[in-house]
Amino acid sequence: MFWFSFEWVWDMGHIVFMGGLWYALGILGIGMSYVIIKSVKETFYEDSTGHGDNH
Amino acid sequence: MDSALIPKGVKRCSLPVFIAGLTPVVLVLLWGVYAMLLCWLKGLNQTNMNDSYGFALWIWADLAVIAIGGGAFFSGLLKYIFGKDELKNIINYAVLIGFICYSSALLILAIDVGQPLRSWFIFWHANVHSMLTEVAFCLSCYFAVLTIEYIPLILENRKLDEIPLIHNISHNMHGIMAVFAATGAFLSCFHQGSLGGVAGVLYGRPYVFREHILVWPWTFFLFTWSAAAFGPCFTILITKITEGITGKKLVKDNVISLLAKISGWMIFTYIIAKIIDTFYWATVTAPELGFVWSDFFTGDRSSVLFHGYWLLFAEIVLCGIIPGLILISKKHRENKTLLLTAVTLGTIGVCLNRWTMVMQPMAMPVMTFDSWNLYIPSWQEVATTILPVAYGIILIAISFRYLPIFPQEVELNPIKE
Amino acid sequence: MKKERIDKKFGMVIDLDACTGCGSCMVACMAENNVPFKKDETNKLDSITWMRVYKLTNKKPFPETEICYLPRPCMHCEGQHSGHSPCVSVCPATATDYDMDTGIVSQIYTRCFGCRYCMAACPYHARYFNWWDPVWPDGMEKSLSPNVSPRMRGIVEKCSFCFHRYQLALDKAYVKGRRELKEHEYQTSCTQACPSGAITFGDLNNPDHQVHRLVKPDNRHHGRPTAKNAFRLLERLGTNPKVYYLSSKEWVRRAGDNYLDNEETGKPLNLMKELQPEPH
Repeated sequence: MFWFSFEWVWDMGHIVFMGGLWYALGILGIGMSYVIIKSVKETFYEDSTGHGDNH
Repeated sequence: MDSALIPKGVKRCSLPVFIAGLTPVVLVLLWGVYAMLLCWLKGLNQTNMNDSYGFALWIWADLAVIAIGGGAFFSGLLKYIFGKDELKNIINYAVLIGFICYSSALLILAIDVGQPLRSWFIFWHANVHSMLTEVAFCLSCYFAVLTIEYIPLILENRKLDEIPLIHNISHNMHGIMAVFAATGAFLSCFHQGSLGGVAGVLYGRPYVFREHILVWPWTFFLFTWSAAAFGPCFTILITKITEGITGKKLVKDNVISLLAKISGWMIFTYIIAKIIDTFYWATVTAPELGFVWSDFFTGDRSSVLFHGYWLLFAEIVLCGIIPGLILISKKHRENKTLLLTAVTLGTIGVCLNRWTMVMQPMAMPVMTFDSWNLYIPSWQEVATTILPVAYGIILIAISFRYLPIFPQEVELNPIKE
Repeated sequence: MKKERIDKKFGMVIDLDACTGCGSCMVACMAENNVPFKKDETNKLDSITWMRVYKLTNKKPFPETEICYLPRPCMHCEGQHSGHSPCVSVCPATATDYDMDTGIVSQIYTRCFGCRYCMAACPYHARYFNWWDPVWPDGMEKSLSPNVSPRMRGIVEKCSFCFHRYQLALDKAYVKGRRELKEHEYQTSCTQACPSGAITFGDLNNPDHQVHRLVKPDNRHHGRPTAKNAFRLLERLGTNPKVYYLSSKEWVRRAGDNYLDNEETGKPLNLMKELQPEPH
């Protein structure tokens, strides 16, 4: 899973497979971080939420 | 008693009635939990699996719930990527069903492995060439996606939504849901496929081995396709069951009809691909490995009963072609009885497919002097397989009671003052 | 840099004409490798036998009935390319490995988490799951081999071609200043225990070794045997096993693989296609 575990090999299999994994995890992580930061900002640093209830 | 938590504009039964209704399900759940603890504490000797039947009821259950939970990713794909906006009225429920299916699959896997505390080895010491590694990675990531999709639904609970931070989190999650849904669809395509690959790469097992395209066997594509085709059937089936139990119409007919139509065409095209696959397997793959096709279905008496041609007929014709034909016809899918028949058959069909892909290769001898094996699950295996069903019913009941799962419920069921 | 040493490919040849089905190989294997057993061993489907002797019959009525005993260890399959054994290729946690230096398929007990995918992949049923914790009768623990670790509940195990013997033999050779082993220095316990000498073990890549002479493996075609009466189990699946069998009886050789009615024993159509000379 990590490049420092001993069975890691820098071959196409590992790069494609682990690349896909970290790409997906990256999107989820960045997406959720964006949501949390934006929500905290809107709640505590802005006067109003600035949006209605129509989700 | 709990009226403050119930969404505005909908009517729910009283709390004592709700609890009384759930009590039998909780008892079944506890029975399953007891069996699960037995398996964890005493080991897999609690099962009837053996060295020939290393994959059995649990692996089938895993494959089946993931296939029928495919409605979540496919509905998400249709709504967020292909812009089928009507599906927003059923997507919440599809996500909830998907969440239940995937969490159940992970739980069953955790019981199924011999050393559950080492499960993380699959990530840490990953063999990237193993289909099971691909399954584990995509399954866990997609479960994270489903959790992310389910969270805003929980946060929309009337009381939680009153808290500004939670309201904002929920709102902002909805805002970028398309990104999560797209990631989910990507992951789902791969893990549904790799579950097919789990069987298809077994070149020592002629019953399931299939020719490859690039690094993936045919079954990779067939599994993704069938999950996308039959997953929505299960979503519709559970929606209809929920409507029956609650005595309310929850989703408008045009939404159901659209999903049923797409599902119908997917089933129809899938079945054509499946028939071609079966034909090639029977006439090319099997003879090259020294088998005639009938070897796969005609063993001793008990094996014919459990693994005979009837399974193939049931899977392809009865639970494949028939639901496909019903659902692609507007007239037929708008007939309530036929629709219900089609989605029920479709759900059974995909489960049967997973059954044959897991059970048949284990049962069938490959060495000429070996014999067919028959396996009957132990009560512990049955209980732990029913456990997720009970858990699913409870989670659906609680979610339905306290969360705005069905956006059209208020409109379809106005409360008379 | 050119590799000077040729990789070894340890393999086994079992002469089925000589095997009497006495089961000494099974007993020796269990004792050597600390294989656990149950109080009640009647259910063979969950008992562990790294080496298992099968009984084959020609399915003819008396007086033409013939039987043959077939010992089946792990085949240590090589697959069609770079150690692509059925089991090694599927293990998700790299808990089983194909050693390119020796051709031995190992099982790393402390890494296996018991998913049993390898068992589903193995057509020879050579892999066994520890359904129970290993328990030996009082006092018997003292007779366990210190060279082989006992396995815990919930993991898979299988024949290792007595790999610990290879390591011990190498240690001894190193002390003596040698890097290579002599043929007799590394032998499996089943080979040594067989009273009729039916089992031969050695390096299939070494023309001086008996195993090579007995089956004459054709390395251009994945080690296919070229000697008369030699065959491998399920050859046409492409598992490329390193255990070879010898039998003078045609029905026994035919029982080694699946054949269509119109196919000749030892010459299945798909393998014959492979043997065609390449067009120029």
